[in-house]
Amino acid sequence: MNGIPLEQGLIVAGLLFALGAAGVLIRRDILFILLSLEIMINAAGLAFISAGAQWHQPDGQVMFVFILAVAAVEVAVGLALVLWLYHWFRTLDVDRASRMRG
Amino acid sequence: MTYAFYIASIVALLATLRVITATHAVHALLYFIVSLLAVAVLFLLMGAPFAAALEVIIYAGAIMVLFVFVMMMLNPGPRAVQRERHWLTPRTWAGPAVLVAILAAELIFITAAGTSHTPGAAQVSPAEVGMALFGPYLLGVEMASVLLLAGLVGTYHLSWHLGRRRDNERKREIGP
Amino acid sequence: MLNGLWLIPTLPFAGFLILAMAGARLPHRAVASIGVGSVGLSAALALLVGADYALRSPAGNAFTQPLWTWMTVGGFSPSISLTLDALSVVMILVVTIVSFFILLYSSEYMGEEDGYSRFFVWMNLFVGSMLMLVLADNLLVLYLGWEGVGLCSYLLIGFWYRDPANIRAANKAFIVTRVGDTALAIGLILLLLQLDTLSIREILTRAQAQWPRGSEAATWAALLLLGGAVGKSAQLPLQTWLPDAMAGPSPVSALIHAATMVTAGVYLIARTHGIFTLAPDVQLLVALIGAVTLLLASASALVQWDIKRVLAWSTISQIGYMFLALGVGAWSAAIFHFLTHAFFKALLFLGAGVVIAALADEHDLHRMGGLRRELPVTFWTFLAGAASLAALPLVTAGFYSKDLILNQAWGSSPGGPLLWAAGLGGAFLTGLYTFRMVFLAFFGESKTPVIRKPGTAITVSLVVFAIFSLISGFLQMPDLIAPVSVFSDFLSRSLPQAAAASGPRATEITLFLSALIVPVFGVAAAWWLYLRELGLPARIAQRPIGAALHRFLLAGWGFDSLYNTLFVRPFVSAARLNRNDFVDLVYGGLAWCSAQLSGRLVQTQSGMIRRYAVGVLLGTVVALGLTLFLKELP
Repeated sequence: MNGIPLEQGLIVAGLLFALGAAGVLIRRDILFILLSLEIMINAAGLAFISAGAQWHQPDGQVMFVFILAVAAVEVAVGLALVLWLYHWFRTLDVDRASRMRG
Repeated sequence: MTYAFYIASIVALLATLRVITATHAVHALLYFIVSLLAVAVLFLLMGAPFAAALEVIIYAGAIMVLFVFVMMMLNPGPRAVQRERHWLTPRTWAGPAVLVAILAAELIFITAAGTSHTPGAAQVSPAEVGMALFGPYLLGVEMASVLLLAGLVGTYHLSWHLGRRRDNERKREIGP
Repeated sequence: MLNGLWLIPTLPFAGFLILAMAGARLPHRAVASIGVGSVGLSAALALLVGADYALRSPAGNAFTQPLWTWMTVGGFSPSISLTLDALSVVMILVVTIVSFFILLYSSEYMGEEDGYSRFFVWMNLFVGSMLMLVLADNLLVLYLGWEGVGLCSYLLIGFWYRDPANIRAANKAFIVTRVGDTALAIGLILLLLQLDTLSIREILTRAQAQWPRGSEAATWAALLLLGGAVGKSAQLPLQTWLPDAMAGPSPVSALIHAATMVTAGVYLIARTHGIFTLAPDVQLLVALIGAVTLLLASASALVQWDIKRVLAWSTISQIGYMFLALGVGAWSAAIFHFLTHAFFKALLFLGAGVVIAALADEHDLHRMGGLRRELPVTFWTFLAGAASLAALPLVTAGFYSKDLILNQAWGSSPGGPLLWAAGLGGAFLTGLYTFRMVFLAFFGESKTPVIRKPGTAITVSLVVFAIFSLISGFLQMPDLIAPVSVFSDFLSRSLPQAAAASGPRATEITLFLSALIVPVFGVAAAWWLYLRELGLPARIAQRPIGAALHRFLLAGWGFDSLYNTLFVRPFVSAARLNRNDFVDLVYGGLAWCSAQLSGRLVQTQSGMIRRYAVGVLLGTVVALGLTLFLKELP
């Protein structure tokens, strides 16, 4: 069967990344922001897999494994911090947590 | 093959679009899971079955479940939905949309302007990935495990303190 | 022995360094030993070197000792080098001997002062600088010494710096002499540009060869050198600083403002005599300045009530005599008067110091009196000095030096008799004010009790100076009495001889007799006004004309207020206009700009995460755009 050209995989990854970035900028609820971050991480992983598939090397998937590990840890710690945020401010509005200002 | 690729890509993109525009948190989560599954299909089509499996099991299966648990704890109700609708005005997403559009355009341009590659057909089996992980990337694996340990300890520490505070509050509410 | 020349200025400098570093921790005795001893050793060395020079005249009558090259800048490489010739020998002997005895006096006089060590530090620096000045081989080293003595003068006038009046006096002295110093510096530059050298001997030879008599270059050079001399020697028009400089301790007034620093101008002109001979107009100006200043200052000295101010105006007047001598070409006469003046003026200042300290810091002559009974040694030595100053005939040194000047002035052209008359008038006034001072302070009834009497060191210095004031005149006596010309013969090795007075014998005798009688008239007038008819001066002062004249003379002929209106007020108002210093605005403006920028930038730190995310993304977009853009370039 035919493989998928690298460019097309990367374009999809790029578009997913852009959508995730838009999500970070648009949403005000911390959970949505975290979710958008996950989208971006996933898009990065997609890029790696496409590259690895292009060259028939396992390195792409290996990188994807590591990305996955990082994403997992980040989600865990991030959600713990979200709970703390909720505890302090009684809201998930990220704009309220702006005490470190200038 | 190509059709499968296009369909899966469109599903992923549309689902992601719905993630960032959803008003109810759980809806967003579910759409994201759909997106993840679509990306897993993409992985399969690219000849990376191991990655596809990992995507489904870990990403959609563990990380998203974690999200769901936290969502359960935070319990967004109809008030949250209304608030999200209130916040998601055109004024809010107009600017970022432009910025992100430029970003996407740049990425596509960079990709498309490069030399085109002929697609490879073969798969990369899980065995190969395993050999790579326990071969040259052994150090990375060990470091990933340390990272996971750190995350574990950190999260435990954070929630332990949170638990204590909650208990103190409840004790104060209940009264002496 | 001549090779030890470099030690003469170095010993005081060494004393300066040692005392500057460790003096504050040493006991007074040690400080005095180092401070006085360094100059004493220098004096002994000067005697040996002088004797060696006198007996064993080196080639060309001058001994040069180059020490090291100061700098090499584009073909101009002045060196620190010392020259010894007859003029230098006289100068170093006077400077070191007078300094030694004054420092000996100070070791007791300043004994209870807070800054005892500081005093000796600056005095040593001064003596070293003065010696550098007179031993200098080139004008740059001379200027170095010139600046050094100016600095020490400032530091020592403001010795009691806690009183702002003293600081004002020190500032005034420094600023007024600065005007002269600037003229001198410009003169140096002119000489360097025109004659391509700063070595004094070379300058004189080349000027002689290249500049015709009365040429513009010579006139300007001489005028600028005169400017410097006038500032340092407190002559017209820069004489206003010396009376105020009396704010310093009496030893300082004695050493710096009587015997040595103020005569630096006289030395300068004598040293560069060749340039002045080439510019006869300027030389005439020197004589005129001398004549006018001596009359002006004598008149002012007549009405002063502060004993030190009388002596200050007297110094200005006597240096006027020296300038008069220089102006008529009587170089040796000027230096002879410098020598005698150094001794008797220093003596008078030291005596005044004793009187002031004895009466618990009383300066007013009208509150002194009858001191000859309480302070006998001081009285007799003071009397010797006063007699010498007034040029009482035959027994005092001042008589011989002043007579020499008057003789030379008569015979000079143009306007010799006029200058002579001015000198004679000055002699009358000198006798008058000097003995007014003596009679008011030492005779009559005692108005203030004596609380301190001088000790050994002070007495020794006074006596030594008194002896010198009387006998140093015998070095050079007019032909009518005895053909003694030790001094001018010695100096003729380095300075040109003045034209011998040639005229009928009768004129000579008349001149001699007038020079003899006029000072006595002055003393007699003083006796009559201040001992016999005590009320007369007071009655004159009460009449309106008399009172106005009194005020005018007391204020030094109004020069202070003139300069105040002409220079000080405009400058101060200009400074006030620029209070906020528009140059400062530039630097302040820079700070203001960065503060404003910071204020704007601080607003970007809003604490809102989404804004930060926008920033990150914006940066990414820009960076990617740049890579694309750069890739597109060929």
